[in-house]
Amino acid sequence: MNTRETDRLKMLLQTALPPTRDADPERDPVPSRDLWPEIRLRIAGDAPSPSHAIPWFDWVLAGGVAVVAVAFPAAVPLFLYYL
Amino acid sequence: MKAVAGSTGMAGEAALEQQIVLEFRGGDSAAFESLFRRYQRDVFRWILRIVRDHAIAEDLTIETFFRIHRACERFDATREFAPWARRIATRAALDWMRAQRPEHGMPDDFFAAVPSPSAADPVVSGEVRHHVAAALALLPPKLRIAAVLALIEERPQKEIADALGITVAAVKLRVFRATRKLRSHLEQQGITP
Repeated sequence: MNTRETDRLKMLLQTALPPTRDADPERDPVPSRDLWPEIRLRIAGDAPSPSHAIPWFDWVLAGGVAVVAVAFPAAVPLFLYYL
Repeated sequence: MKAVAGSTGMAGEAALEQQIVLEFRGGDSAAFESLFRRYQRDVFRWILRIVRDHAIAEDLTIETFFRIHRACERFDATREFAPWARRIATRAALDWMRAQRPEHGMPDDFFAAVPSPSAADPVVSGEVRHHVAAALALLPPKLRIAAVLALIEERPQKEIADALGITVAAVKLRVFRATRKLRSHLEQQGITP
């Protein structure tokens, strides 16, 4: 496709779908609402709370290991050996 | 004297922005809001150029700033914020396009969303405009973005390349491929550009 054909296609595209730069400057597109509160909500929803940062079963597992370590101290070297 | 004052003002502005960007990188939410207030219009307009729908552009602006917030630590503070934000915005728009089915690739008010109605050529019939929009919607998202920004919006190739994270040569190739496909789609509809 040569430059002339590309230019013709470009002209057709622009007449059918006018570019934004041709828009009336007084109708400069801006968001119709303040987006900041929604962004804050989105960020707050994404941030994991400390209690949810680590899954509950990890806490159970850690607790179980701690109980075993206290109840059977002799098992600790064996446990570490198999880690 | 005015020029000196102007350049001093610009330097001060640049220093202030640099400071805000550094605080943003450190996770400061006030700095992030400040950046949002400064750049939301640019980001919104950039996305609107691509998707041509106010409501979708607003949603994608929120998505873009959400992604910016998540990626704050990856931002290179020695570089400008605006091109980085534009690249993330382009990526968000691209993801949105990919999630659409091809026949719904363009919003219903694609023609009226951005330009003033008088800007459209009255000689071009509504049917032709519909076919042109449909042909554009059939393009793969990567080619469509390149075509809209290069052929309709006439943005500089370097700017498009930066926004898409590709080279200028790759932009040229995408525009070439988009042009070829558009021409083929339009010819199938009996429209010879």
